[in-house]
Amino acid sequence: MVSVVYKAPDSIQAAISILSEAEIATKILAGGTDLLIQMQGLVNESRLFVDIKKIPEMMQATLGDQGLDLGPSMCCAEFTAREDIRAVYPGLVEAAFLIGSTQVQGRASVGGNLCNSSPAADTIPALMVNAAICVIAGVKGERSVSVEEFVTGVGTNCMEKGELLKLIQLPRPAKNTSDAYLRFIPRTEMDIAVAGAAVSVTLDDEGVCTAARVSIGAVAPTALLVQEAADALIGTKLDDKALQAAGDAASAAASPITDRRGTVEYRRHVVGVLTKRAAQIAATRARGN
Amino acid sequence: MSKTHVTTTINGDVTEFLCEPADTLLSVLRNELQLTGTKEGCGSGDCGACSVTVNGRLVCSCLVLGVEAQGAEIGTIEGIESAEKLHTIQEKFLEHAALQCGICTPGLIVSTKALLDENPDPTEEEARYYLAGNLCRCTGYDKIIRAVLDSAKVMRGAA
Ligand SMILES: Cc1cc2nc3c(=O)[nH]c(=O)nc-3n(C[C@@H](O)[C@@H](O)[C@H](O)COP(=O)(O)OP(=O)(O)OC[C@H]3O[C@@H](n4cnc5c(N)ncnc54)[C@H](O)[C@@H]3O)c2cc1C
Ligand code: FES
Ligand code: FES
Repeated sequence: MVSVVYKAPDSIQAAISILSEAEIATKILAGGTDLLIQMQGLVNESRLFVDIKKIPEMMQATLGDQGLDLGPSMCCAEFTAREDIRAVYPGLVEAAFLIGSTQVQGRASVGGNLCNSSPAADTIPALMVNAAICVIAGVKGERSVSVEEFVTGVGTNCMEKGELLKLIQLPRPAKNTSDAYLRFIPRTEMDIAVAGAAVSVTLDDEGVCTAARVSIGAVAPTALLVQEAADALIGTKLDDKALQAAGDAASAAASPITDRRGTVEYRRHVVGVLTKRAAQIAATRARGN
Repeated sequence: MSKTHVTTTINGDVTEFLCEPADTLLSVLRNELQLTGTKEGCGSGDCGACSVTVNGRLVCSCLVLGVEAQGAEIGTIEGIESAEKLHTIQEKFLEHAALQCGICTPGLIVSTKALLDENPDPTEEEARYYLAGNLCRCTGYDKIIRAVLDSAKVMRGAA
């Protein structure tokens, strides 16, 4: 592993100062489930690790009338145990619950999953359909971007040197709204998505879908918000025909690669099926709300 | 590079050690503190052989830095038995022959303890999902699950 200088500041301000003044390459350390593995391969190099888990607001989640303020570094085990959050954002919670094992969830954070920006990251599609906002802090102050703008490519995002993700904000969903996330892996646990789909739907009192968001993961360099799939759902009662059209739109939007987890054709097909099923689950949940 | 001094609590005892900031907690436990009950399988979070608790939460010690143990409470396999008496989970693993080579066993026992602390009456499915991050290449898991569910039953009776 690399040679490490370790700092654990207790405020965002202090973290930003350390990050911006550092003379060697810096790495923000949250749960370390990506970072420590990535660092194992490096020799004869040094990094300054800034552990952000001693900063109280990075580790808290507050659910209020406006929505959810999620401290990016709260571990998934703590996050998924929050019944209040699950009641409002079940799809996001189920995405976090799919990450690794019990042990991995004891460390891995939603913010780390987002900042690592893997095409297969499970929480990213679920954050997108919930219209999550990333609040980034740096020496020049704060800025807010959508998740779609945040993630820019395979393992890349819009953060610059000296910046950190300080907050993930999810607006409170409208009445009769719910979400769902599904992924496909060849086994039942402990694997990376071959394809994933998150859907959020809003229904009116007659059960007609008035708003929808659809996001697909692991089938393009970044998770994608698929407007055509959402359009296929809006204005319908989410009957089989509408679900099929949404699935077809998701398949059409996918630009997957072939690797040992699946071929292009297979991924394209599976992402459509997942979109259809996730829409169905989100609809069932929205009807119950 | 200078070593960092860390004060932590391991299995209830205040413990101090020196480590490089890049050393994992797993390597500190095994190489500095001679607590070799915690095993290394993969070193990448996949196998669970290195399972310990940090402030009560189950984690892979191969994905935690030693320096992160500062001020924390660490629980390892060495802290599972009490007063030199095996824990019920350990007895049940023996009784059900839930191990062959044994490399996965400390991790599985630490994880089972964490499972039963959280959920004293897990279904078989819940137990299998909770323990999915503990790989065993020998037993085929069936005997492990039987030992886990039997431990749960006995521990509920004793509580
Ligand atoms: C065995 C195993 C199985 C896994 N399975 C899955 C899976 O099924 N699905 C899945 O999506 N992922 C999976 N993962 C990866 C998942 O654990 C990580 O993506 C995790 O969510 C990252 O969070 P972390 O807190 O551990 O981040 P770290 O590893 O600490 O950080 C990840 C990256 O983000 C940066 N970073 C972290 N927080 C911030 C911040 N607040 N501001 C700026 N930068 C930041 C770090 O510098 C680093 O580059 C698995 C990992 C392992 C080891
Ligand atoms: S050695 Fe830590 S999970 Fe395998
Ligand atoms: S007993 Fe050999 S790996 Fe489990």
